[in-house]
Formats: sequence, structure tokens, C-alpha cells
Amino acid sequence: MRPALFAPLALFAVVLAIGYIGFQLEDPQRLPSALLGKPFPAFAAPRLDGGSGALVRREDLLGSPVLVNVWATWCPTCRAEHDELLRIHAAAPTLRIIGVNYKDDAAKARRWLRAYGDPYEFNLVDLDGALGVELGVYGAPETFLLNPEGEVVFKQVGAVTSDIWRQELAPRLAAMGMRVDDGAELPEVGAAPPSAALEADVPA
Amino acid sequence: MFRHEPFPVRIGAGNLRAMKLRRRPPLRSQPSGAFRGWLVGLCLLCGAASALAASPVDVYDFPDSEVEARYRALVAEFRCPKCLNTNLAGSDAPIAKDLRAAVHRLIVEEGRSDQEVRDYLQARYGDFVLYDPPFKAATLALWLGPLIFVGIGLGLLAGRWRRRQPAHLSDADRARLQRLLDEA
Repeated sequence: MRPALFAPLALFAVVLAIGYIGFQLEDPQRLPSALLGKPFPAFAAPRLDGGSGALVRREDLLGSPVLVNVWATWCPTCRAEHDELLRIHAAAPTLRIIGVNYKDDAAKARRWLRAYGDPYEFNLVDLDGALGVELGVYGAPETFLLNPEGEVVFKQVGAVTSDIWRQELAPRLAAMGMRVDDGAELPEVGAAPPSAALEADVPA
Repeated sequence: MFRHEPFPVRIGAGNLRAMKLRRRPPLRSQPSGAFRGWLVGLCLLCGAASALAASPVDVYDFPDSEVEARYRALVAEFRCPKCLNTNLAGSDAPIAKDLRAAVHRLIVEEGRSDQEVRDYLQARYGDFVLYDPPFKAATLALWLGPLIFVGIGLGLLAGRWRRRQPAHLSDADRARLQRLLDEA
């Protein structure tokens, strides 16, 4: 039997192996942020709580590190992430956390914040997803860390977990001169009310 | 790892089957190993099926048919960030709808050129949304890989061709060969 006969079969096996490994190396859904290292885009959006009535702009986020968190009440992962944001707020009280309430219902969003606690300095309203497009957002939750100059230094697609805080966010904040808990012992957040508390609030 | 979630789609008859398969309980950890490989294949199948089943319809006004043609060409050119193998035109994902609206706004209301629209989307969503990736370090293998395979193929062909050439004979050898043949 000539070994050359097996060459196509071997080649096929190699291609198969490359494909098999290649598909597992990287989550094809994961989209590297095009904004990383670039200035946070200019925008103008209203506040969820109304604020002074003026639109919030990019300039309002400059001067200190800011965590911009895109969330919505229709997003269960955001619910899981919420407690971590509360812990981060407790661990780094000087860190501004700005929410972007993405394609959501304003009344539901306010109820959510009342029921689960509010780690945000304020929330921006993005009713139709136009602000999301400006930010390169394609789902929720997504979180940007901006330096005082307003550049994106880190982006998390999916929930911010305690691992993300310890390994990605806290070191970057420390490097920017912010005093943060090292993340080993984040303060416990008081038990959130059961989700029924929120559901009962939602009109049928 | 928690899931990153798209804006929920309202279930229509067309994509009901795909939705059933797609919907997973929240906060589930990522499937791993071979199971995930199968899932990827399944998702690609479902994606293709739902793209065929439900072609989205937007109602937009255009000043003239030339702008409309530009819009159609542009939304056909970009890849939907959420759906991997579907372009903006063919996807019913909410993010694709948002991006179609953005393209419409840019060319109709703001009068931007096609290239400016491309730059706008690339600046926000990266090379991911381009079906025609730019030539740079990260895409080197993508662009040069086929050339390497062609090179290997040509090398193999050249090897075969050389083996088929008759052995190189000196004039004395050739004369001797001719004698032997004549004697036979």
C-alpha cells in the first residue's frame, strides 16, 4: 500500500483539527471593541431622573474615571450584574458610575432602581438605541471604563463580575490614582428584596 | 461567564422555531467542549433558517431612487454584529434594525457619502461588521493563507513534473542507448 494514498485523508484530518480547535479558541460572538483606546464618542442624552432638564454630554464625563454601564430591565444578566455594581460602588465610592438605560421603559427602570438599589450617579435614557449605536453597543449589559480624559481604557461585553472587577477594573483604577479596595473583601451588600417585590410593582 | 443579551425579539411565526432553540435559561454558564462545537453548528443552521424565513421590512422614505439604491447596497454590505452570518439587510435582529436606521439617517438626513457611512460603522463596531476585512497585521493569515496553499500546490506540481522528465543523458550515453535499442 502506498503511503501517498493517505495524504488527502491526513490533510483532511489536519483541516478538521484546525477547525475544531479554532472554533473553541475564541467566542465568535465576542466582538472586540473598536473604541478601545479611543475617545468616548460625543453624545447628548436626557437623564432618567430628569436632572436639571439639560442633556448630558460627553464633556460631563471628563475629569475623573467613569464606569459607563449599559443595562435594561428586560435583561436578566443585568439583574445578576446589579449586585456587583452595588459592591463596586461601595468599594470605590469616588468612582462615578453612569448608567445607560438601553431600549427600556423609564417607569420600569425607576422601579428597578428603587427595588434593587441604585449604584449610579445618574442614568441616561436611550429609548431607541441611537446612543447605543454611537457607543458600538449591540446588547446588554456592556460596560466601559473611561479615564479622566474621556478615553475608553476597558470594555466588558456581558456582565461585570467580581473577577472582572478584581482583574480588570480595580487595577486600572488604582493605576489612575483612585483609592480602591483590593477586591479581596468587598463589602457585603444588604440582601436585595426578592424579585417578586419588583414583579408585584409591574402593572399587568 | 454571564451571557450578553440582545434586545428581545417579538416572536413571529417565521422565527418561532429558531427562537425556541435559541432561548436559554439566563445566567447559565457557557457550554464547553464538544457540546459547544455542536451548538455552534446548530446556531449557524438556525441563523440561516431564520434569515430565510423572515426577511425584515422597514418603511423608510427616500428623496430619490438613487439614494434608495445606495441604502440597499450599504445595508447589504455590512455584517450584523449579533448574527455572525447575516448582513444588515437580511437580519431581523434589533441591533441590525438600529444600524439600518443609522445608515438611513446618515445618508438621507445628514447627506454623508458611502465611504463616510463605512467609516462610521467601522469606528464603532470594528472590522467585525466588514465582510471585506482590511489588510493589516491581524488579518495577514486571512489574506496570505490562500497564497501559501497555492504555493504548496505549485511546489507539488513542479515536483511531479520534474520526476516525469526523462533522465538527463550525456551524448555518449545517448549513443549507447540508441545502439542497444537498434540491437534489440
